[in-house]
Amino acid sequence: MKKSIFLGTLTVAGLLAGAAAATTLEDIKARGTLNCGVNTGLVGFAAPDANNNWQGFDIDLCKAVAAAVLGDADAVNYVPLTGKTRFTALAAGEIDMLSRNTTWTFSRDNDLKFEFVGINYYDGQGFLVPKDLGVTSAKDLDQATVCIQTGTTTELNLADFFRSNGISYEPVPIETNAEAIQQYLAGACDTYTTDASGLAATRATFEDPSAHVVLPEIVSKEPLGPLVRHGDNEWGDIVRWTLNALISAEELGITSANVAELAGGTDNPEINRMLGNEGGLGEMIGLSPDWAKNAIAAVGNYGEIFERHIGENTPIGLARGLNAQWTDGGLMYSPPFR
Amino acid sequence: MSDTHASSVAFVRETAIEPAPPPATETGLIKWVRENLFSSTMNSILTVLSILAVYYLLTLLLPWIMNGVWDASSIRECREKLDGATGGCFAVLAERWHQLVFGRYPQDSYWRPMLAFVLMFAAFAPVLFSNLPRKLLIGTALFPFVAYWLVWGGSVLVPVAVLLGFVAGYLVYSRLVDQSFAMGFVGGVVAAILFWWASGFVVTEDASFMSLPAVESRDIGGFMLNLILGVVCLSVSLPLGIALALGRQSSMPIIKFFSVIFIEFIRGVPLITLLFVANVVLAYFLPPGSNFDLILRVMIMITLFASAYIAEVIRGGLAALPRGQYEAGDSLGLDYSQSMRLIILPQALKISIPGIVNVAVGLFKDTTLVSVISMFDLVGMVRGPILASTDWNGVYWELFGFAALLFFVFCYGISQYSQWLERQLQTDHR
Repeated sequence: MKKSIFLGTLTVAGLLAGAAAATTLEDIKARGTLNCGVNTGLVGFAAPDANNNWQGFDIDLCKAVAAAVLGDADAVNYVPLTGKTRFTALAAGEIDMLSRNTTWTFSRDNDLKFEFVGINYYDGQGFLVPKDLGVTSAKDLDQATVCIQTGTTTELNLADFFRSNGISYEPVPIETNAEAIQQYLAGACDTYTTDASGLAATRATFEDPSAHVVLPEIVSKEPLGPLVRHGDNEWGDIVRWTLNALISAEELGITSANVAELAGGTDNPEINRMLGNEGGLGEMIGLSPDWAKNAIAAVGNYGEIFERHIGENTPIGLARGLNAQWTDGGLMYSPPFR
Repeated sequence: MSDTHASSVAFVRETAIEPAPPPATETGLIKWVRENLFSSTMNSILTVLSILAVYYLLTLLLPWIMNGVWDASSIRECREKLDGATGGCFAVLAERWHQLVFGRYPQDSYWRPMLAFVLMFAAFAPVLFSNLPRKLLIGTALFPFVAYWLVWGGSVLVPVAVLLGFVAGYLVYSRLVDQSFAMGFVGGVVAAILFWWASGFVVTEDASFMSLPAVESRDIGGFMLNLILGVVCLSVSLPLGIALALGRQSSMPIIKFFSVIFIEFIRGVPLITLLFVANVVLAYFLPPGSNFDLILRVMIMITLFASAYIAEVIRGGLAALPRGQYEAGDSLGLDYSQSMRLIILPQALKISIPGIVNVAVGLFKDTTLVSVISMFDLVGMVRGPILASTDWNGVYWELFGFAALLFFVFCYGISQYSQWLERQLQTDHR
């Protein structure tokens, strides 16, 4: 008898605890800040400036989500994470979302029990060569020496690419990007290969960037995007649709400059739905009606974010390429707000 | 012989000759150069080669330093100003020095860690220099609490309560220790814990009393973090290491067993593994949202690591003492703690100084490993935020040179102090 009472009490306590365990959204609202996992430093994507304010392409997504959820883009608690610590921090609940140029792969999505909610940058592995090498295509790189970071997927991609094209190469193993730059500039290797965005950022640091080119071939798919934990789909939806709102905003011509004006009401029903004048979309994901308006007002639309941190007018100078809107021949395509 | 007199010789010297200066080759600079640099053919060749090497290095280094640009906002502006000439881009240090030294500490509060840093010297002085008045040790005992309050901020009541807990524990200990050491020790610990538990109510009620703005551990970084980790871990690991070394020599099997297991286990595991355990693995065991400070976790791990090494160094010192010293203690009728305190340890520690300093310097430099677990220490700050900013991506030599310089100054200071201490204690048994 006593035993069953004890067990019954345990069960009730367990149920209560389960019911009381708040959702991620409630946790964030109670805390007042969003815990966002970011890179410890990647040119253009995430880095604190001289005043310790975080800046970058991935950072702005954290800000947008914080603006959508809490109405304040500064209510973000940035947790810098290395490639080795990022997944445990997310799995252990130390962070609410990870916005850290993480490649969406099958095993990360399923084996590590994460949910990738979208893609905010389509990257891929490219080749950097000096102009006077006279190479215009990666297929001309027969017998070339290649600087490559060891122990990364780029090493495997490289082997695949050269093998499938039936050409040979000689790898020069290096440990870090800094080492790669030294080796490459010293002429120890003919070409340096890593993600194309990384190559562009690296090229921008050279004394004479115009003497080097990134070859047109992209030999791997590296879709980078934000991710959340399994187990709270509502929270995943919020991050997913905040990203979609930024992408849709560019397509619909909503910018940080005109969002306040457009929120007053327009003839375009999708804009009205997105900015909270029609349809009650905010209510459906548990946010205020002006959630998307807040996000766009805080950081601008996807195109603005891109241009501000990594676009052609920055020292990094990345072209939109695959990351252009689908209407401009890119892959950025948001499902409709309906 | 009679014809040799004054009138038959032309000149007779009547005063001593003025001492002639030594030959030019046997004096001053030339002598030193001849003896030290050109004493043999082989040495002459080596000297010439060395001079050439030094000259070559200087021709590279001097223009780089002298031409350095100190005023620019980005690496591109640096290059514009240099216009192709050789020169360092030291502007990055001018713009980001505060991040290198303080990490992301609030800029208007830099005086707090600076004050703690200055106080640290005052606190260490009586420990390091035995000719200072012993009363200064009270300041040393208070320093950890003052420094914690200065660096982390928050209410002054928290460190005060912790301090009073220690005092309460000590009072109980000194009452009971006459009866037995074990009773005193346990009583002291219980009293301290009871006091902390009771004071928890007072502190939470009045948390704003004399409070400095609190700074989160996450924002503590730069060289300050290396210094905090190095100083704290070393100070704690020294007594721990002594205890472990004595435990390993103990005749009580359980104590000996645990000391050996601990030392061998910790020494068999790389520090970086322990840091990963502190950062990553513990996060799985602790409930989500639990706030077990990351710096504290790292401090515990580094302390355990260092204490195992120090224990082995001190065990070497203990083993070097002749058996007669132990027997002398016993024959005087001293008990274990007295003979250790008065006879064995002073000699053993004296022998161990070079080894301890070796561990200390190594440990201090090892604190840069925390950059791997995404803490922004000096190296983490360079590799992460600064090299990742669009403005400074590509400035390597200047930043790492600065880091090396800071570490060199401190490590050289430690080693000079230890040599002075060895001279003071005359460890060479002259």
